[in-house]
Amino acid sequence: MLIAALTLGTLTAVALHARGSATLGAADLGALRFTLLQAGASALLSVALAIPVARALARRSFIGRRLLIALMGAPFILPVVVAILGLVAVFGRSGWINVALITFGLPRVSIYGFQGVLLGNVFFNLPLAARLILQGWQTIPAEHFRLAASLEFAPADTFRIIEWPMLRAIVPGALLAIFLICLTSFAIALTLGGGPAATTVELAIYQAFRFDFDLTRAALLAAIQFALCAAATLASLKLSLPIATSGGLDRPVERRDAGAIALRIQDATALTLGALFLFLPLASVGLSGIGALPGLPMAVWLAALRSLGVAVVATGLTGLIALALGLSRSRGGSRLIELAGMTPLAASPLVLGTGLFLIINPLADPAALALPLTALTNAAMAMPFALRALLPALDQIEATQGRLADSLGLPLWARLRLVVLPRLRRPLGFALGLSAALSMGDLGVIAIFAGPHSATLPLQIYRLMGAYRMEDASGAALLLLIISLALFWFFDRGVGGDAKA
Amino acid sequence: MKALIASVLIAQASVAQAETPTLTVYTYDSFVADWGPGPAVKKAFEPICHCHLNFVATGDGAALLSRIKLEGARSKADVVLGLDTSLTADAAATGLFAPHGPLPALDLPGQWDDPTFVPFDWGYFAFVYDKTKVKTPPQSFPELAKSNLKVVIEDPRSSTPGLGLLYWVKDAYGDKAGEIWQSLAHNILTVTPSWDEAYGMFTKGEADMVLSYTTSPAYHLIEEHDDTKAAALFDEGNYMEVEVAAKLKSSVHQALADEFLNFMTTPAFQEIIPETNWMYPAIKLPGGLPKGFDEYRPKKSLLLSAEQAKALRAPALAEWQAALSR
Repeated sequence: MLIAALTLGTLTAVALHARGSATLGAADLGALRFTLLQAGASALLSVALAIPVARALARRSFIGRRLLIALMGAPFILPVVVAILGLVAVFGRSGWINVALITFGLPRVSIYGFQGVLLGNVFFNLPLAARLILQGWQTIPAEHFRLAASLEFAPADTFRIIEWPMLRAIVPGALLAIFLICLTSFAIALTLGGGPAATTVELAIYQAFRFDFDLTRAALLAAIQFALCAAATLASLKLSLPIATSGGLDRPVERRDAGAIALRIQDATALTLGALFLFLPLASVGLSGIGALPGLPMAVWLAALRSLGVAVVATGLTGLIALALGLSRSRGGSRLIELAGMTPLAASPLVLGTGLFLIINPLADPAALALPLTALTNAAMAMPFALRALLPALDQIEATQGRLADSLGLPLWARLRLVVLPRLRRPLGFALGLSAALSMGDLGVIAIFAGPHSATLPLQIYRLMGAYRMEDASGAALLLLIISLALFWFFDRGVGGDAKA
Repeated sequence: MKALIASVLIAQASVAQAETPTLTVYTYDSFVADWGPGPAVKKAFEPICHCHLNFVATGDGAALLSRIKLEGARSKADVVLGLDTSLTADAAATGLFAPHGPLPALDLPGQWDDPTFVPFDWGYFAFVYDKTKVKTPPQSFPELAKSNLKVVIEDPRSSTPGLGLLYWVKDAYGDKAGEIWQSLAHNILTVTPSWDEAYGMFTKGEADMVLSYTTSPAYHLIEEHDDTKAAALFDEGNYMEVEVAAKLKSSVHQALADEFLNFMTTPAFQEIIPETNWMYPAIKLPGGLPKGFDEYRPKKSLLLSAEQAKALRAPALAEWQAALSR
């Protein structure tokens, strides 16, 4: 409820402030079409590419696997501008790939255009999708694979009978999350799209709000974004089959089918390509930042501390709310709870910030509340991912242990402590780690509220860039990357335990 | 009892008034950054005014105006600092700003006769390039269009320099602006939401030129001892940006706000500007300009009046979008 109130309430606040009426012009419809197209294509592509990567991660164990999984969180938490510069350094006009192509006498490839929009969105979202789907793989009980092995299932049978039902349950949610993320972005689409033809609805909101100060239009466009979000969420709920859960003895998974040479090659290819695609741009960010890291100004370190505090608070909030929402939903609550949990993804950051400002300004000084507000909105933004990670596991727990717990009449706390939490450690650790990293990297509402002494690390990166200090900005981005990964590692490992699949 | 509470409240109120007053200045984000002008301005002004100077950052210049419009007459701001000439007509039309007092001799190209807004710095938009890579920079928009140089520009809908370029082409070419944009389409590598991405891409070597300011090379010269960056001066002239501040009618600290605006055009404030905001100061500095600042003086200064800028904004944007959306 709180989350829906945060997102819908802020929109209402902006709408109430608006005067007059607004209609949609041809340019808006063009923006709408482009937005849907790029979000849809990006979601499909990200998930399609993520499935082989997630499967390879699920059935292989190799040195550096956990590091790989942790690093996969990196693109998602980078400030967009830093990620764009990283992508450009690899795929751009004078990037590594084009330099290599020219060296071999081949023609250049251009990143700018629809292909660039897809590239950017897949870079951000493939790792997220892979991690969400990996969570799904890890909910399959070990007994299923043991049984499959003893029945001498071919890989195709294993896929059809064991893995496909899991994918049917997980993939629509992952598609939805990525579709919604792409729906409200505009910097990637515009910068890599190469020009105003790549205008998204969010940019149209920006234009209405900043350029024309037409709050009616801004609110109307934001309402359209919500309508799209609701439609997409309902569609994904229809598409996703509830997982046909069955019990297991919580044994570690052993994949005896994984030994075949063909599968080894397939997995190795998926992992290598996926890793290269993700890590080359990150390496470029790291390389350009490493020199500036030791000499960063004090203000950047202070901002890092502030961000760390915000991230810890936001993570605590996310954990509590997601657990409460997830429990009530898995124990027979309405699936509409899922819808409420998804709304923050469809919220225009600009409308969210402005609405919060309009609501709080008469009551208190928003600048004084900048950091708590940032933590709150970060928690809301992380909710969809936390829910996506927790729900499959909660469903499974309810299906396998729920009846026993009910028949024993366990009180809520005992049920949580004895039944739910021990089995939820892995997805919960993942959800907390993800939300901490997400909060660390989110620019969020701080950009609208920040006073001189409340800048977070992402805002400080923008400030450095805005003052020509590109080197320091790269160093600060590397610092952000390191802290975020450490946070993810800490929660995923500390809470989640060792996730050997 | 009631009387006692009332008198305590009154006493507290008068104590609060006797305490140091706080002047609240809304500004854009990069002004308050630790390496921006904000901290030094605060340090210089507070001993003079015997007040607290409280900067509130709101994003960029356009966000600043939106914020004031949202808050209206209930705004907590006493002074707004950081609007520019593309926004002043809109800002004046809100009726929220009060006229300024007498100004000292300013050092701007052209006359300044705005009754409300006081300029605190200014600059020229220009395409910045690397001298070691671009040997013969274009000297006009048609020359740029004839070249194969790739430029990164900012989107006028979300960025101040982007809007400046829109006005630059419109002011120089009038009805032919649309054709100029079409001829430039093949040079435009991409359009970024803000200056940060564009300049970042340029410094990474992705583009030959970037839309920035004539004072950008001075940053690299002074801070990085790098003299390879240069700004292209165009035969049409280069378009100007003048950054201004004004006092709000609703301010309860009218005298203090006037004192601040006054201070803003004194050397104590103006000396801070060149090497923190990387713009030209609004008055002649006693010590002259830092090195690199005299390097690029355009042949002609272009600037639309506030009213013209307001009237041309929508049609110029439509031309730009039509030409580049193909």
